[in-house]
This record gives sequence, C-alpha cells and structure tokens, in this order.
Amino acid sequence: MATTYEIIIGLEVHVQLMTESKLFCSDGTKFGEPPNTLVSPVSIGMPGVLPVMNRRALELAIKAGLALGCQISRFTKWDRKHYFYPDLPKAYQISQYDIPLATEGLVTYDVNGEEKKCRLIRVHLEEDAGKNLHAEGGGDSLVDLNRAGMPLIEVVSYPDIRRPEEAAAYLETIRTLMRDLDVSDCEMQEGSLRCDANINLHITKDGNVYKTPIVEVKNLNSIKSVEKSLIYEASRQFEQWQKDGKVLGQMPKQTRGWDDARGITRSQREKEEEADYRYFPEPDLVPVVIDDALIERIRGEFGETSAQRKKRYIEELGLNDYNASVLIDKGRAISDYFEALLTHEVDAKSAANWLINDVLSHAEGRIKVMSDLPIMPGSLAELIKLVKGNKLNLNDAREKVLPEMIETGRDAASIVDEKGLGVVLDTAAIDAIVDAVLADNAKIVEDIKSGKGKALGALVGQVMKRSQGKFPPAIVNETLNKRLGL
Amino acid sequence: MSLIEKTATELVSLLNKGEVTSRELTEAFCDRIAEVEGKVKALLYHDRDGALAQAEAVDLSRKSGKPVGKLAGLPIIVKDILCTKGEPTTCASRMLENFKAPYDAHVISLLQNASSVRIARANMDEFAMGSSCENSAFQKTRNPWNLDCVPGGSSGGSAACIAAKEAPLSLGTDTGGSIRQPAGLCGIVGLKPTYGRVSRFGLVAYASSLDQIGPMARTVEDAALLLEVISGHDERDSTCANLPVPEYSKICRAPKKGLRVGVVTDYFGEGLDPEVEAAVREAVRVLESQGAKIVEVRLPTSKYAIPTYYMVATAEASSNLARYDGVHYGYRAKEYSDLIDMYKKTRGEGFGAEVKRRIMLGTLALSAGRRDAFYVKALQVRRLLRNDYDKAFESCDVVLGPTSPSAAFKIGEKSDDPVAMYLSDIYTVATNLAGLPGLSIPCGFTKSGLPIGLQLQGPAFAEETLLQAGYLYQQATDWHTKTPSL
Repeated sequence: MATTYEIIIGLEVHVQLMTESKLFCSDGTKFGEPPNTLVSPVSIGMPGVLPVMNRRALELAIKAGLALGCQISRFTKWDRKHYFYPDLPKAYQISQYDIPLATEGLVTYDVNGEEKKCRLIRVHLEEDAGKNLHAEGGGDSLVDLNRAGMPLIEVVSYPDIRRPEEAAAYLETIRTLMRDLDVSDCEMQEGSLRCDANINLHITKDGNVYKTPIVEVKNLNSIKSVEKSLIYEASRQFEQWQKDGKVLGQMPKQTRGWDDARGITRSQREKEEEADYRYFPEPDLVPVVIDDALIERIRGEFGETSAQRKKRYIEELGLNDYNASVLIDKGRAISDYFEALLTHEVDAKSAANWLINDVLSHAEGRIKVMSDLPIMPGSLAELIKLVKGNKLNLNDAREKVLPEMIETGRDAASIVDEKGLGVVLDTAAIDAIVDAVLADNAKIVEDIKSGKGKALGALVGQVMKRSQGKFPPAIVNETLNKRLGL
Repeated sequence: MSLIEKTATELVSLLNKGEVTSRELTEAFCDRIAEVEGKVKALLYHDRDGALAQAEAVDLSRKSGKPVGKLAGLPIIVKDILCTKGEPTTCASRMLENFKAPYDAHVISLLQNASSVRIARANMDEFAMGSSCENSAFQKTRNPWNLDCVPGGSSGGSAACIAAKEAPLSLGTDTGGSIRQPAGLCGIVGLKPTYGRVSRFGLVAYASSLDQIGPMARTVEDAALLLEVISGHDERDSTCANLPVPEYSKICRAPKKGLRVGVVTDYFGEGLDPEVEAAVREAVRVLESQGAKIVEVRLPTSKYAIPTYYMVATAEASSNLARYDGVHYGYRAKEYSDLIDMYKKTRGEGFGAEVKRRIMLGTLALSAGRRDAFYVKALQVRRLLRNDYDKAFESCDVVLGPTSPSAAFKIGEKSDDPVAMYLSDIYTVATNLAGLPGLSIPCGFTKSGLPIGLQLQGPAFAEETLLQAGYLYQQATDWHTKTPSL
C-alpha cells in the first residue's frame, strides 16, 4: 500500500501598523532612519517612564481584525512578556496574552481559481523590539532601537493550510487586504510584514497515520521564500521520518531558519524547555474598552477593496480583463494613480493604455506610493489630451515628449513648443499641400476615382510627409476625401 | 523662634509678605544641613549653590512682580527615586550610582511650577525596598530622636530630614507603607495618596500598581499644602485619575461635622507593642472629645495583607527591575565572558541583597506552574481586602489604628531577619493593595522617647477627610510640635 502524506501548515504573521508614532510613545516610525534617532526615554526603557497607548494603533488593529473576519473583544488588556535580550530595553515586551484584541477570524483566498479558507485563532497588538547589528568580523554587537516600540499586530492562523502554494496565496491575500485598508505597507524587505510558518506532515502508511514533529520555520524574507521553504521542509520531514520514524511528542518542537541562498532550512534551536515568559497584566496601562460606536466608525473607514475596484474597472469603466488585472495586481499605488488620471477628464481606456504601456515601463523597481511614479497624473493627463485633441501625434507623444517629461519634469506643452511638434491646423496650408499632391499624382487619383479606394493611403502618406507630420491624419483624410468627391 | 522651627504654612506666609526672602530661608536650611547632616545622614545629594540659585530666581520673580507659585520659594527635599533632569537619580543603588535622568518626573515639574527650591535628595532603601533605610547602598540614615535607631523606610531620608529640620517639606514614595512607617518612626506627618491621585511619571518603579508619591511634613496643614501642589491628572501616566484637585490646604482646616472614626479591632492584637497601643487608644479618646463618633470596624482579611503584598509587589518588581541589565544605561560589570555572563555579573554586583531577594521571590511568583498558586491567588486576596475596606467605610469616614506595631528599632536589629522586618509594615501594606489613601501623624512617645505614629485610612480620593481628621487631632495635641535635640 502506498505511503501518502498531507502537509499541515499554520502561519504566524506580523504586520507593522502605519502610524505616525510608536505604540506607547511619540517617537516617529519612518523606515531607514539613522540608528537610534527614533528613540526617547520611553522607547529606551529608562527608569521611571510610563507607556501611553497610541489610539490610532488600536483603531488600525481593530480595522485589521474586522477585515480578517474576527470577533473584536469589547474588553481587552495588555500584558508583559519577559525575556532578556539587548534589543529589548525593558526586558519585557508589552503584548496581549489571555484577552487578545480579536479572535476567530476567517481569511478567504484564491489558489489558481480555487477558493480556500483559513481560520484565524487570534489577532493581537504588541510592540516591536529593536535590532541587534552584528559587526562583520566579530567585535561588539550594536543595538538600534529605532524599531523598538513600533506597533505590530500578530495574526495567528489555525493549521488549515495544506500546500506551500496555499501559504503563499494566503500571505498575499493578507498583504493586499492590509494595503487596501491603509493598515500597513506590508513590505517584507523592510520587515513591515513578517511570517513564521509552523509545519508538519500527517503520513498515512498501511492504514496508520504518523504525525511528524512540528517545525517552526523562521527567516522568511519574501512570499516566494515562504513557499520554497515549506516545499523543502515537507520533503525534509518526510525523509527524516523515513530515517528515524520519530513522531510528534518524541521530539521537542524545533525552530529552523530558511537559508534562501542554499535553499535549505537549518536547525536554530530545539525548544527543550518552553521559554517561561512570566506573563502578567501590564500595571502601567489601563484595560481597553471598545464600544460599538468605535467599531462602527472604523467600519466606516473601510474603502473599496482591490477586488471591488477590479470589478468596477471592468463593469463600469469598460476596461478589458487584462488591463484591469494589471492595474490592480501592480499594487494600490498604481490603481490610485489611475484613479487620479480619471479625475483629469481622461477617458478610462486611454488612461489605462498610457499608464500600462508607457508609464509603467519607465517606473523601475518597487512602487509604493503614487509619487514613486516618474510623472504626476496631471501632467500625463495633459499629454493624453493633446493627443486626443489632435494637437500632437501619438508617436511624437510616446517617443519624444513623454521621455523628456520623465527626464526633466517639464510639462508636455512646453516640450511640444520647443521641439516644434505641435500639429498645425492651418486649413489653407493643408488645402495647398493636398492640391499639390493631387496634381503630382494624377495616376493615383484616377485609380481612386475608378474605385481602387485603397490607394488613398498613399496620398495621405505623401501629404503627411510634405507637412513633416504636423497635420492631424484625420483632417488630412477628410480634406482628401472632400477633394476627390468621395 | 528661628526660621527652621516654623512650619511650611507659616514660612509661605512670611515669604509672600516679603518678611523673608527665599534666599535667606534656603540659606538657613542649608546651614542646618551643614550642622546636623553628619549625624543624621538623611541625604544623598545636596547642592547648596544650586539651591541658592533657584531661591534667587524665585526672589527675582517676586521682586519683578511676576507670579510666584504656591510654595513661594520654600525649600524642599525629594526622595532619590524621583527623576530630576541634571541631578543624579540613584535609588540608593549601585546600579544607578552614576545615572542622571534626561527628564523631570511630573511631580518635579509641578514643584518647579509651584516655586519651590529643591535643596537635596533624600536617602532611601535601595529601589524603595525596605523598612529601615538600611538597604541603601550608600549610607545608613539615623533616626533624629535616637541616632542608634533606624528612621524607618523606605522613605527614611525624607522622614529624618523633616524631623531634623533640614527642610520644611519633603516628598516620599509609598508602596507598602514607605511614607507612613518612617513618618511614624520619626514623629512627623506622612500621607500616602489614593492610587492615581499623583502622577507616577518619573517615579522609578518598584511595584507599579502600588507605588504612590506623597507629602511628608511636620503638620497636617503642611502636608495638605504639598499634596495640593503635586496632585492632578497627567496624560503621561495612564493610571493617573482625571479628577479635579481640591484646595486641600484650606479644606483641611474646615471642621468635618459628625466625623465617624472606625477603630480597626483587628489591629489591636498579637505583635502590637503595649506602649504603641496605649498611645493610639489615647488618640481615639482625643478624637472623641473633639466631637468624633467612634465605632468599631473589622478588616478581617488584613491578616493576609503581608503575604499578599509580598507576592504582588515582588512580582511587579521582578518585572520592573529587569531593565537594569547593563546594556543601555546604569552599572555594567567590568569583566564578563559573554552576554549571559554580563547580565549575571551586572545584576549580581549592581543590586543589593534585599533587591535580589525580592526579584527572586517575584520571579518565582510569576513562573509557569506557580503563577496561579502565588500571583493569581494574591490578586484574589487583594480584591477581598478592598471589599473589607468598602464594608468598613459603610459605617465610618476613616479607619484608625497604629502606623507600625512598634516604635523605631535599633540599626541592625532586624537586618538579618527579613520576615521580622516585613512585619513592621503589617498595618500599612493593605492600604496600597486596596489603592486607598493613608495618613500617619504623631500621637505620642515611648518611655524611651521615641515617636509613635497614628494611622488614618480613608476611601478612595477621600484625602480631604483624612486631612480634616488629622488637623482636628493636631488642634487638640502638641506631639507634632516636639523636636528632637541634635
């Protein structure tokens, strides 16, 4: 009888909330500042200081909890979690232990068109620790406390995930949701989205089920690495079981770190003894009472989700499925940019085409906010309108004007003027050139009059050439047709 | 009568009438410090020049017609646990021997706004843990009434300096009796306010849910004046009540009609020194003769107050003192082999024996498997204690008893017997566990000439009633006018 196995995966996801200040003090939260510049006596944990809860962080956490389908606790509180480490200045983290902010959620996500569901155990709020920086070549370690005290939510799932690619899709869904709601920017590279995965196998052999010891996989720096590490870990556990037959309970829970370069997980420590965090209620903070009015107000902040937006692009704006998908999948900043273009009275299809075909190709790297794009929506709208209004040729707009706008930041009109690209609408001049072309091409004119209509294109081409492309093709066509009595 | 003999209330009046300058007054108290400090050893830090500069600034303000605060240029001494910018805040510990806080405690700012002159910082038991001031890492403070005896603790320096007339007012802190017990032992007035009456911001935490800052003075009226200055809401302390501050200094003089005094029968049992009992019973008769109605009340759970206190307080202390790890500030061991060794040696060398004992007790009380039997059980008893008080206050306005079971003991007498030492707080710890206000006032002397303290406790935020009762008592007695000969 064949040996089969099922993969059991649960994820613990940390999401950093987008607040102006830290969870319990007024230090700033900007990423990438010089070490130890976003600190204060509170975040350094100096003697005598006290924490004060950031209400905005609470609201964002409630928003996240609601979006993740959780029950929001009407009464919640803070607890201290103790451990000694240099990046934790108080030697305890203010977190939530027995009464988390939100419980029992549900995330619905899509894997290759198939709908999946993952239940959530809890969502709680806590403060982040700082960072230890280990100098290359040994020597003293250094501590950067900029991150200490940043607001995080921890989203703990049930072990409902069955395949590594589902884990990736689940994580992507959470990321999109958090970004849509302006809860977090969810940048795994910057640590504003972090994920630890718990995984084991349920192996069926000869009618018996063997459960392998649970492993917690850490050091996952991208969604791709979450998926890759779980694929690796599943086969590693299967091989290990074939070798030693060890099952859950016969071995302590193990933590393994993902080595992305080598594509393997490595044992970090075995939790022989479950760490004793000595949780107790944080006496410096008062419990938090959350009323219906607050929850309703936060519900009111919910904007349009990505899924709703995509539907509107297709059904109301008439975009094709491909363009709508690109605008949504490239991230909120792109579709926000598209929305901004629309406010400048540009039609949706042109706006989508210009954005996707012309602007995005110039925007290399990551785009988080609209201003990361090389040109402001108003300027792009101006360019699109010049083309639409027959005042600029499409090719010139694409090849000559847009690159210059991106490079110099100048507006379209001044570039068109300077380069002499403006389309001339001098009807006398058009008539003169049309007449000259007709006179020089008697043969073609005859062909057309005798019904060979396709030859018209050749005349248009000649008129355009003589005018150095400054005449709008539509007007040239119209004039030729009139002269030829077509 | 020399200036230093006068009460704070009298001195404020002289200052405001221009009959004495703050500089003259500050000089007089600094001279007194120079005269007696060698015997009393109440102070850890005294900056005469700095004090005179502050005094001159107040005098200048007054001279130029600028507003002068309620303390009018009065010298004050603060316990060395209140963070003060630019001054050492040592908590009488090697751990913080060279620590200078970069910020002012809320009460320090309030003192400044009230135009007081900080002249010195008072000795204490290390991190406020102790009942005799013998746990100071730096010096043993003497009781001004008998230099062979302890002044009590932990605010022993703050009490002794008032009895020795080194200042008219001081601030202490009280976690389990640390204001009231030394006030009783030194024959002065000490008030522990309701939890939340005074901001704890900048008070170096021992047990956060119990700690309160309070006034120490020679008379009830003076204590009321200082309480009025330091009370009130502070948004930096989430546990600080947002309630208006009554004019305690005026209200205390208004007679409380039909004052009902509950004599706590549970306090008059085993362990109470007969001389103390006699003095307290005599105080009851005095109050009765002043028109108070005397009733008997029970606080049956109070027999569990000491073990309950030593669970709750040490649990919180083990957490609050975890931050002293040698990483970010304070003492760090000179030699160590690795991070864990650095932690061990730093904490082993930086803390004194009693602090280590309480950290270990508290760590045990919160540890996995013992938390329910110790910490959680203690919280349940704490609730019962509060219920006892609520019931008692149904039939009286204040409850009355001795502050301590005996008068001051000899230096060294109890230092090898922690339990005997802990029992000296047997009547005071329950007040903190219940979060209530308590007042100690002098009510007599033993045959050997040591002061005896009378304790009044009231309902939450009933400081006014305590002060009125205390004032009433002091109108009929002269114990508070007695002075030790130094």
